[in-house]
Amino acid sequence: MSALQRFVATFLDPDVATRYAPQIFYGLLVTFAIGLAVVVTGLGVGLLLAVLRAFGFRVVNAVLIQIVDMLRALPPLVIILIIYFGLPNVGIVIPSALVLWMSLSAVLAAFAEEVYWAGITSIPAGQWMAARSTGLTFVQTLRFVVLPQALRLAIPPLTNRTIAITKNTALGSAIGVNEILGQSISAEAFSGNATPLTMAAILYVLLFIPLVVASRSLELRYGRGAR
Amino acid sequence: MLSPGAGRGASYILEARGVRKVYGDHEVLKGVDLLVSPGEMVFLIGPSGSGKSTLLRCCNRLEEPSGGSILIGGVDLLSPRTDINTMRREIGMVFQAFNLYPHLTALGNVALALRKAVGKPRAEAERIALENLSRVGLADKARAYPAELSGGQQQRVAIARALALEPKIILMDEPTSALDPELVGSVLEVVRDLRQSGMTLVIASHEMRFAREAADRVLFLDQGQVVEEGDPESLFNDPKEERTRRFLRDVRR
Repeated sequence: MSALQRFVATFLDPDVATRYAPQIFYGLLVTFAIGLAVVVTGLGVGLLLAVLRAFGFRVVNAVLIQIVDMLRALPPLVIILIIYFGLPNVGIVIPSALVLWMSLSAVLAAFAEEVYWAGITSIPAGQWMAARSTGLTFVQTLRFVVLPQALRLAIPPLTNRTIAITKNTALGSAIGVNEILGQSISAEAFSGNATPLTMAAILYVLLFIPLVVASRSLELRYGRGAR
Repeated sequence: MLSPGAGRGASYILEARGVRKVYGDHEVLKGVDLLVSPGEMVFLIGPSGSGKSTLLRCCNRLEEPSGGSILIGGVDLLSPRTDINTMRREIGMVFQAFNLYPHLTALGNVALALRKAVGKPRAEAERIALENLSRVGLADKARAYPAELSGGQQQRVAIARALALEPKIILMDEPTSALDPELVGSVLEVVRDLRQSGMTLVIASHEMRFAREAADRVLFLDQGQVVEEGDPESLFNDPKEERTRRFLRDVRR
């Protein structure tokens, strides 16, 4: 057996691939569903938090900033393990997929809040003054003048962060979520062959390349007129 | 002493008395009176830091005055019962840096408050916006974004934005100071048209020549006080106060 043959047999075995394809494809669906849920929840909650912060309630903001900083500092795996293995000790049992969704959403929301907030604060005071001088309320000014501009600024850093955090759905394998990596690891264990991991890698690329491409076209599109 | 709204007709459109503004221990406005009659064009002149901008911003409460009273068309602007957002629609404001919304077209800039603050349907708001863009000579630029317009065009859009709300008065804060010299004329032309159509205007400006030929009245502010006021002829040709003389000498140089 040549080195090349050994490599192919280890990483690209068609029999193993065929055998475990349904199981890993199921994992793809799980990853996709949880990833999508994380993106929607994380970006949505992050925006709500940034808007809440814009109102400038001192106590609320102090608490908000503490929580956001903590979520940004903690490794996502630590959050996932604490919720999954820690909370049952106080009688709270949450299914693993739900833990994964909650944890990653919280982390993405924290990072997204910071990105949105940076966008909001970078809008010049003159924009607020102009809008308020025409009789628009604080909320209307935020909604129709400040946020549209802030969101444009936020898109490039936000897409990068979103991709980085959504990839962390792979951490679900540590608590038995049947996502791509979890399914592949078990397939690898059963078959004694690395082909399922290769399949996982390919699926991750297929799943995230469109996101990467989409983020680039978003950047191009929202670059215009924002200058 | 003033008794606000006590059976007095709206003889003044803007009636600001004893306006004070304090930042920390720095008193930017030390009790300024500014009375403006309908159709009048009043110029505020004075060195930078004299309080002109702060005074204008107090007149629509973009800055909260620390003291004094301000009536707009007889309505007490500072009363907690006054809906400030409704009142601001009657007080147009034009800024030195234009402050157009960069994500909206010229039309969108003018139409936004009509739609969201006044509540007009989109089609009507855009019709009114277009009328006002025409008024400042920019109907053909309705679909352009601010970044695609010259400074002079941007400032005219900003004037149309204020004008579209049919304000009782327009406050302009150094409307030509950020413009290249060759673009100043087009904006002053619009200001002159507004004056002729009967709009009431208060303009903080360094355009002494324009003030001299077009203003009804000129106020000279220095260190948060009105030092001298009068018709442009007497204030420019025969200033009574030494500080006014010194300032006019400095800007002429």
